[in-house]
Amino acid sequence: MNDPSSLPLTPKGNNNLQTNTNTAAKKLQAFQNSKFMKLLRPILGVVVSLYIVFRLYQVLVVHQEYGADTWTRLLISGLIIGGVYSLIAIGYTLVYGILFMINFAHGEVMMFGAYAGLYSFWAFKIIPIAGDPPTNFLNAYPILAIILAFLIGMTVSATMGFFLEKIAYRPLRKAPRLVPLISAIGASIFLQNAAMLLFSPQLRDVTNPDILRRGAGWTIVINGSNVILPYTGVFTFILSILLLVGLYILVRKSKLGRAMRATALDKKTAALMGVDVDSTISRTFIISGALAGAAGVMWGIHNGLVYYFVGFIPGIKAFTAAVLGGIGNLPGAMVGGLLLGIVESMGPAALGIDFQLKDVLSFLILIFVLTFRPSGLLGEVLSEEKV
Amino acid sequence: MILNVDNISVNYGAINALRDISFTLNEGEIVALIGANGAGKSTSLNTVSGLLRPTTGKVEYLGSDITTVTPQAIVNLGIIQVPEGRKIFAKMSVWENLEMGAYTVKDRKVIQERYEMVYQKFPRLKERRNQPGGTLSGGEQQMLAIARGLMAGPKVLLLDEPSMGLSPILVEQIFDIIQEINKTGTSILLVEQNALMALAIADRGYVLDTGRIVLQGDADDLLHNPTVINAYLGGETTD
Ligand SMILES: Nc1ncnc2c1ncn2[C@@H]1O[C@H](COP(=O)(O)OP(=O)(O)O)[C@@H](O)[C@H]1O
Ligand SMILES: [Mg+2]
Repeated sequence: MNDPSSLPLTPKGNNNLQTNTNTAAKKLQAFQNSKFMKLLRPILGVVVSLYIVFRLYQVLVVHQEYGADTWTRLLISGLIIGGVYSLIAIGYTLVYGILFMINFAHGEVMMFGAYAGLYSFWAFKIIPIAGDPPTNFLNAYPILAIILAFLIGMTVSATMGFFLEKIAYRPLRKAPRLVPLISAIGASIFLQNAAMLLFSPQLRDVTNPDILRRGAGWTIVINGSNVILPYTGVFTFILSILLLVGLYILVRKSKLGRAMRATALDKKTAALMGVDVDSTISRTFIISGALAGAAGVMWGIHNGLVYYFVGFIPGIKAFTAAVLGGIGNLPGAMVGGLLLGIVESMGPAALGIDFQLKDVLSFLILIFVLTFRPSGLLGEVLSEEKV
Repeated sequence: MILNVDNISVNYGAINALRDISFTLNEGEIVALIGANGAGKSTSLNTVSGLLRPTTGKVEYLGSDITTVTPQAIVNLGIIQVPEGRKIFAKMSVWENLEMGAYTVKDRKVIQERYEMVYQKFPRLKERRNQPGGTLSGGEQQMLAIARGLMAGPKVLLLDEPSMGLSPILVEQIFDIIQEINKTGTSILLVEQNALMALAIADRGYVLDTGRIVLQGDADDLLHNPTVINAYLGGETTD
């Protein structure tokens, strides 16, 4: 067996065999190839497509319920939330690419970033700055305050990612694949409860600097009605895109990025090149954590509420986005995040269903992608290892 | 003695892959490690590379014990393995593969010089430098694997079955290149099932059988040894 993880980095005198790590994946694949699924797939596909076409026809042609202004509003909010999903989704995909596991505690890593942002702003607000009238650090130096809040949030989450891997996943590196998954779910529950104890179960309001007041924004007129382009949203979206581009360049062009890709492709051979596989895995978690931390701070700035459960839904949505784009595939996670944001925002209106159902829509997408195209939209994954 | 493997035993769980084997490599030598499939050749190389830990015995490099040194530190020392089956990073381009070979080299100028050396030795790789490694032919992939090893500036090169799956002409070419590399001062430990070819270019050889060294000596002597001829050279005489 040429599974690379069976060879390197075993403790002294304990060169263990890789055992039934892959049986779960094989069972899943066997199920996906079974007669039942072969029959179900086209039937489900036709039914769903017909339904979607019918609803779209009703909403867009027959009733014409919404004007261009509403669609623009929905598109804007979809892009903003989509950028945040993309940032979180990157973490799922990077970790999957290198360890073939889903880091289900990733949403909690983001939640801690959101708290770090919240408390940073709160602390900056109570640092007085003399002047006429007297003000505070948050509003006297808003740009510096925002930069600091992001640095703190990203550092907190990066540190969490680092320790999460070291404590919850590294000892299980040789275990069957299901085991680290369970550990991830355990870590997720643990971190939620830890946050609840640390920060109390209360919902907290994030105090933005005045230049990023929530609700304020540029106004554009479409169809004779005002569409607001919120400052927080524009800021969030631009920063997401910058971070995504930066990460892409890091992974494609830098030495660290090459080491990450080589490690994802073949750990044993990467080690033979002199790559420290363990530290590369650690760095992958640090980078994923930092991006999730940035997403958390953005979430606080744009949505305004932070609580111990705040990472859960975005975490699952971002996981959906990563699967949608093709888990393990970097551009896939970015595109998947934006796409999911837009679908979730415009989908209920387009299908003429209740806006409350947007989460249901996301999870239906997850189920459909897993059923019809488990490799995701952008197909190929980073890793060549066959399951 | 640049490499001294002293009485090592290696296990995979309950499987005993190497039992008390010893071999040495002197500066400037080519030493062949031959044996049938499953004899323990790759296990030996992986132990030298630090990917596996022996339960007993030690590995010494230039007199210092490297038995418990990490794989990346061993690469840093200049012991470079070209693994069995080439193990090209299929989705990375040819030059990215070479760049990975030079992973431990800090000096950009040195890396540049090595590119020139490698591209001169393997002009095909230069033509295909932007192509994904996985799209190369078997022979080209073996060249890339060796070139990638050379990018690290090896003092000791561990080659694991470089002739595997290649046509006789290509094998000839690869072995010429191995000799060339050796002439420029790299000591080579050559693992092969193709005993005839390996012993033809080696100074000394060891014969490995189910985890034990059963024969050792000068390559010429081994080539004429009746046991070797019968077991590994298909009973043909050599000259
Ligand atoms: N990862 C592994 N897990 C368990 N057994 C292994 C592993 N790798 C090799 N072996 C066993 O160790 C023995 C030596 O294998 P190897 O060193 O690959 O032989 P060679 O390279 O000479 O063909 C064989 O019996 C093989 O089955
Ligand atoms: Mg072998």
